[in-house]
Amino acid sequence: MIATKDVKYKYPGSTPIVFPDIQCKANDILLILGTSGVGKTTLLHLLGGILSVQQGSVIIGDRELNKLSGAATDQFRGQNIGIIFQQNHFVDALNVIENVMLAQSLAGKTTDKKAAQSLLERLNIGHKANQHIKDLSHGEKQRVAIARAIINQPKVILADEPTSALDDINCDEVLKLLKEQAKAAGSALVIVTHDTRLKDNITNHVILHSS
Amino acid sequence: MSILQLAWRNIIKNPLNLLMSIILFGLGVGLISFLLLFNHQLKDKFDKNLAEIDLVVGAKGSPLQMILCNMYHVDNPTGNIPIKNAAPLLKDLHPLIKKAIPLSLGDNFKTYRIVGTNHDFPALYEAKLNEGKLWAKDFEVTIGKSVAEETGLKLGDKFVSSHGFNADDHAHDEQSFVVVGILEGTGAVVDQLILTNTASIWLVHAGHGDEAEDNASEDNHNHEAEGHEGHAHEEQAQTEDNHEHGDSHQHDNSNADLLHHQDQEITSVLIQYKSRTNFQALNFGRNINENTEMQAASPAIEINRLYNMIGVGTEALRWLAILIAMVSALSIFISLFKSMRARKYELAIIRVLGAGRIKVFMLIILEGLILAIIGFLIGTALSHIGMELVAKYLKADFRYSFTGWKFLDEEWWVLGVSLILGIIASIIPAIQAANTDINKTLSQK
Repeated sequence: MIATKDVKYKYPGSTPIVFPDIQCKANDILLILGTSGVGKTTLLHLLGGILSVQQGSVIIGDRELNKLSGAATDQFRGQNIGIIFQQNHFVDALNVIENVMLAQSLAGKTTDKKAAQSLLERLNIGHKANQHIKDLSHGEKQRVAIARAIINQPKVILADEPTSALDDINCDEVLKLLKEQAKAAGSALVIVTHDTRLKDNITNHVILHSS
Repeated sequence: MSILQLAWRNIIKNPLNLLMSIILFGLGVGLISFLLLFNHQLKDKFDKNLAEIDLVVGAKGSPLQMILCNMYHVDNPTGNIPIKNAAPLLKDLHPLIKKAIPLSLGDNFKTYRIVGTNHDFPALYEAKLNEGKLWAKDFEVTIGKSVAEETGLKLGDKFVSSHGFNADDHAHDEQSFVVVGILEGTGAVVDQLILTNTASIWLVHAGHGDEAEDNASEDNHNHEAEGHEGHAHEEQAQTEDNHEHGDSHQHDNSNADLLHHQDQEITSVLIQYKSRTNFQALNFGRNINENTEMQAASPAIEINRLYNMIGVGTEALRWLAILIAMVSALSIFISLFKSMRARKYELAIIRVLGAGRIKVFMLIILEGLILAIIGFLIGTALSHIGMELVAKYLKADFRYSFTGWKFLDEEWWVLGVSLILGIIASIIPAIQAANTDINKTLSQK
C-alpha cells in the first residue's frame, strides 16, 4: 500500500539524509524507529506529501506522490493519507465532531455526521462530540486526531510519536486503538517513533540511523 | 463544512477581536452612504421645487433668502413689494413672460404656510386635486397632502391663521378659512402649503372683520374710481377692493384682478420665461435689480450657490468618511494578519486535510469579505436610521419630508467598494497563508 525507493532529502546547508526503503501493505503495521534528529519527522512528512520528494519515489496505492502537482498532492493526501501528529492541532472555531467532519469535506467527500458520530463512539469519545476541543484532555484530543485521520478510510495512516508522551498503560492502549482502527479502515499503519516500547508489539520495523 | 462556513465560524468565534474593525468600517460606510442619501434627497427636493421657474422677483435683500422663502418656503420673506411696482410683470401682455405667478406670504396654520396666489401655482408642481376643488372665493383654501395628513384638516373644515411661521403668534381670529380642496401628493413643496387667493391674505392682514358688512353700504363705488383713488389711501383701497366685488364677495384670482389693487402688496412674483435663451430674458433680471426697487434672482443660480456652500462641508465629510473606511480596512488587515499568525497550525492542518493553497487563500479572503459585508450592513443601517432621524428633525423644522427608508442605486456601489476594501484588506494575509510552508510549521514542536 505504501512503499519508498531510494528516498533522499537534503535541507539547504546540510548533508543529505538517506532513507532506507520501506514497504507496508494494507492491514499491516510498520514501525520506523530512530533517535532524535535522524530525520523521522522528515520521513513522515515525505510519506505524507507534506514535504515534496527531491530524490527517489514514494508510492501510495498506485500513485507516485512525487509525480503529483502541489494541489493534486493536497487532494490526494486528504483522500488517501491520514496523519496523526505528535502535537495535534484542530480548528478552534469548530467543535469535536465538526473537526472530524471537516476532514471529510476538505477531502472532497460529502460530510456524514452519522459516520463521524459512530466513529467517535468507537473511540469512546462519542459523548464529547459537541464539546469544544480546548475542553478535552490530552488523551481525548489524541482520539479526536485518530478519528480525523481515519474518517475517510485512507490507504495509509501515518502516526508521529503517538505514544512517546504516555505512560506504559496508556501507551498500550493507544497502540491497541491504532491497530484496531487501522484494521477497521483497511489501512496500512506506519508509526514513526523513538519509543522503543513499541518494538515488542510490532514485529515489522525499520530503524533509521544517522548518516 | 464549506470554506465559507469555516470562514464564518472563524469570525464568530471571537467577535470581540474584530468588533473595532467592523464598527470602524460600519462608520465609514455609514457616513458615505448617509451623505449619498442626504445629498440625493436634498437635490431631489431642490430640483422638484425648481418647477421650471426662471426668476423670482421680490423685495430687495438677500437673493438666496428670497429664493429659499418663495420657492422652498423655509425662510422668511425679504419683505413685500407693492403691486404697482410689480404691475409690469403681472400684465398678460409682457413679451418675455410666459407665466407670472404672484405670491403673498405671511400667515400660517399650525406652522403650515398660507400662500396667496393664483391657480397657476399648483399647476407649476403638476398638483392634481384629490378631493374638492381649487379655491375660488375669498377665504377658501386648497391644502397640500402633508397639510391634510398632519393637521387633520378635511373638506369643509374651518380654521383661523396665525401670523409668521410660528403657530403661537397671535391668531387672526376675525376671519376663518374654509377648506374646499385637498391636493394629491407631489413630493414638492406644494404638499405642505395652504393655498388661497391673494386677497384673502390682505383681508386677514387688514384685520377688519367688519369690512364684509361694510361692503354693502359702499357698493356705489365704481371700478374706475378705485383705480385712481386706491394708491392715495391704503385703508381706502382695502375697503374699495372689497366693495368692488362686494356683491359676490369674491376675487377672481387673475393677475388682472391684482392690477386693480395697485397699492396692495404681494411678497413676490414667480416668473417663467417664454424662452430661456432669449437675449432679453438673460438681461431681464439685471434690469429689475438695477432699475427698480425690487430684486430679481434666478433660482438655479442661487441654489447652485447654496450647493457650493454646502458642498465644502459635504466634501470634507466625504473625505473624513473615506479616511475612516481606509483606517478600518487597515484595521481589518491587522486583525486578519494577527489571526492568521495565531492560526498557522490550524491553516497547516487544513492543508494536511486536503485543502490546496487556493482554498486556504480563499478562506482568508472570505473572512475579509464577510467582515466587509457586516460592516456594510451596519453602515447601511446606521445611515438609514440616521437619515430617518434627520428627516424627523427636518420635518419638524422645515416641513420638508425626507425619509430614511429610501434606497439608492448608488448603495450598490458602496457595497461594491466595501467588498473591494475587504479583499484589499485580506489579500496580503491570504497570500501569506497560502504560501505557508506546512512542513516547517508542523515540524515546530
